[in-house]
Amino acid sequence: MEAQTLYEKLWSSHVVHQEADGTALIYIDRHLVHEVTSPQAFEGLKLAGRKPWRISSIVATADHNTPTDHWDQGILDPVSRQQVETLDANIREVGALAYFPFRDAKQGIVHVIGPENGATLPGMTVVCGDSHTSTHGAFACLAHGIGTSEVEHVMATQCLLQKKSKTLLVRVEGELGKGVSAKDVVLAIIGRIGTAGGNGYAIEFGGSAIRALSMEGRMTVCNMAIEAGARAGLVAVDETTIAYLKDKPFAPKGEQWDAAVAYWRTLTSDEGAKFDKVVELDAADILPQVTWGTSPEMVTTIAGRVPDPAGITDPVRREGVERALKYMGLTANTPINEIAVDQVFIGSCTNSRIEDLREAAAVAKGRTKAANVRRVLVVPGSGLVKRQAEAEGLDKVFIEAGFEWREPGCSMCLAMNADRLEPGERCASTSNRNFEGRQGAGGRTHLVSPAMAAAAAVAGHFADVRELQ
Amino acid sequence: MKPFTVLEALVAPLDRANVDTDAIIPKQFLKSIKRSGFGPNLFDEWRYLDVGQPGQDNSKRPLNKDFVLNQPRYQGAQVLLTRDNFGCGSSREHAPWALEDYGFRAIVGTSYADIFFNNCFKNGVLPIVLPADEVDALFRQCEANEGYRLKVDLAAQTVTRPDGKVIEFDVDPFRKECLLNGWDDIGLTLRHADKIRAFEDARRAKHPYYFA
Ligand code: SF4
Repeated sequence: MEAQTLYEKLWSSHVVHQEADGTALIYIDRHLVHEVTSPQAFEGLKLAGRKPWRISSIVATADHNTPTDHWDQGILDPVSRQQVETLDANIREVGALAYFPFRDAKQGIVHVIGPENGATLPGMTVVCGDSHTSTHGAFACLAHGIGTSEVEHVMATQCLLQKKSKTLLVRVEGELGKGVSAKDVVLAIIGRIGTAGGNGYAIEFGGSAIRALSMEGRMTVCNMAIEAGARAGLVAVDETTIAYLKDKPFAPKGEQWDAAVAYWRTLTSDEGAKFDKVVELDAADILPQVTWGTSPEMVTTIAGRVPDPAGITDPVRREGVERALKYMGLTANTPINEIAVDQVFIGSCTNSRIEDLREAAAVAKGRTKAANVRRVLVVPGSGLVKRQAEAEGLDKVFIEAGFEWREPGCSMCLAMNADRLEPGERCASTSNRNFEGRQGAGGRTHLVSPAMAAAAAVAGHFADVRELQ
Repeated sequence: MKPFTVLEALVAPLDRANVDTDAIIPKQFLKSIKRSGFGPNLFDEWRYLDVGQPGQDNSKRPLNKDFVLNQPRYQGAQVLLTRDNFGCGSSREHAPWALEDYGFRAIVGTSYADIFFNNCFKNGVLPIVLPADEVDALFRQCEANEGYRLKVDLAAQTVTRPDGKVIEFDVDPFRKECLLNGWDDIGLTLRHADKIRAFEDARRAKHPYYFA
């Protein structure tokens, strides 16, 4: 048989039906649901008199709108509360394999709770009405973010209409330097290929530097595949994948586990498999990254400077850079490590897992928040992450450093709840999007790793974490 | 879904690359549990000088006069002309809902983010991909001529300029068929219900651990 890529294996094992033009119905194994993109889908289903096809595929949680403090007071914003209560009511009526509602001990960001509960397994197709569903591809499953019409379509038919993507292999070889994390790797990749570089592709991340990452690091990388324009990111199964999944609540047990593992080990790209495109990076060249603009591709290193639009010949690009600098309130050629920050956000489905919090805490330990930094929010990705961090004493490290230790949720990644930037405020953020207004109208976001965020918090400006460790 | 056949309409030029869905419809409006009513908040942060909140009377808000959609000559536009990678970022279908609710039925640009592109077809909005030099020319013509209109013919897969030049575009046959007829995807898919059931049974037998 011809050598196949991992993507092709996952794709071909899920095709139910194919139209003449290649549009296929692919079967969906896992459907993750949250409160923002589901109400219209549940309503559509009800209006059409349809029932969900397979309730046991659904895992749901409330994350985008939920507050991160004063949980005893409930959700104060009435519009947010209505959306969360609508999800409660919909799940109550329809059912689910698991639901982690607001204030549940296992509530959290949808892309954190899936993997940590073993609800995301290799070989699955995973969908969610959320673009960062690409995160789950770290487990060698085909994970797609979908729109609300598609949420309804998957509920009604257990299938997604999809065209096969092209394949892009991003290979990162060698060893990462000290202080360089998975976040820096993926920002460097986006800096290289651009935010449209992955449009139409499924990206497989490979090479020794990716293999050396933990599952959490791989999730960070796949999480931002969408920021490179790819609807899906993938990492092949290896021992790291299997060790992570063992004994997770929804992972198979006993004989089923053995059978599953035997299958999962086949979920790699075959030797000699052809990709439509290959991009290679040398891990040793990657330095801690900081974005300076309003798109994740507007990125440089901690040793870099804000770019000078005067040096850009392409007029559309030059105007884009000028507009970004204006929005960001930055002057061309300013050294990145001289840019002061007003707030720091450590959280989001990119970087809110236990290893992220450990990295941030290692930098914060024995130091304190700089006086010019108004607030440092640390928001764990889930209730389980929060309790683990507290068991390790990380909460104390943060609190002693003057950081705020919050309840889990999306929080200031998109500022749908009360956590947000004021107009003009500048933030070092471990999230994934630095778009205009993303963290609050007029807010200015710089994307960094958890260690770099903590470094900015204690220094008051961007600082090279390698000099702090 | 409303069928899309032929559209002959005014064009509004949004001369920016990488317009993200956060810009198309900011997050505070995502709290709605409805599908409609997003039009007044399309491009909210660019369109208004204040920060919009759901449930506000938008007619009383201060407009950013410089923003293209606020210029009198582009009122009533149904074709949005734009640049690379339109609709990147969040998967929110509220973005095409807002475009459609505002009145846009077609978008002309060089490339789109995948999820957004898909979401458009589910909502009767046609995203058209043209080569960069054609898009450049359309921007020049549109900005130079007040009342600039384009004719979009989905069946023929053509965009016709006022000077008579016809530009062809590609579209997936399946998506084209659905859009031309205004078909509902779910209804179409359920014609294959037996096949789905058979696939599911076979998968459950082979990989029972996915069905726990
Ligand atoms: S943490 Fe941010 S990116 Fe992730 S799901 Fe929540 S809002 Fe989306």
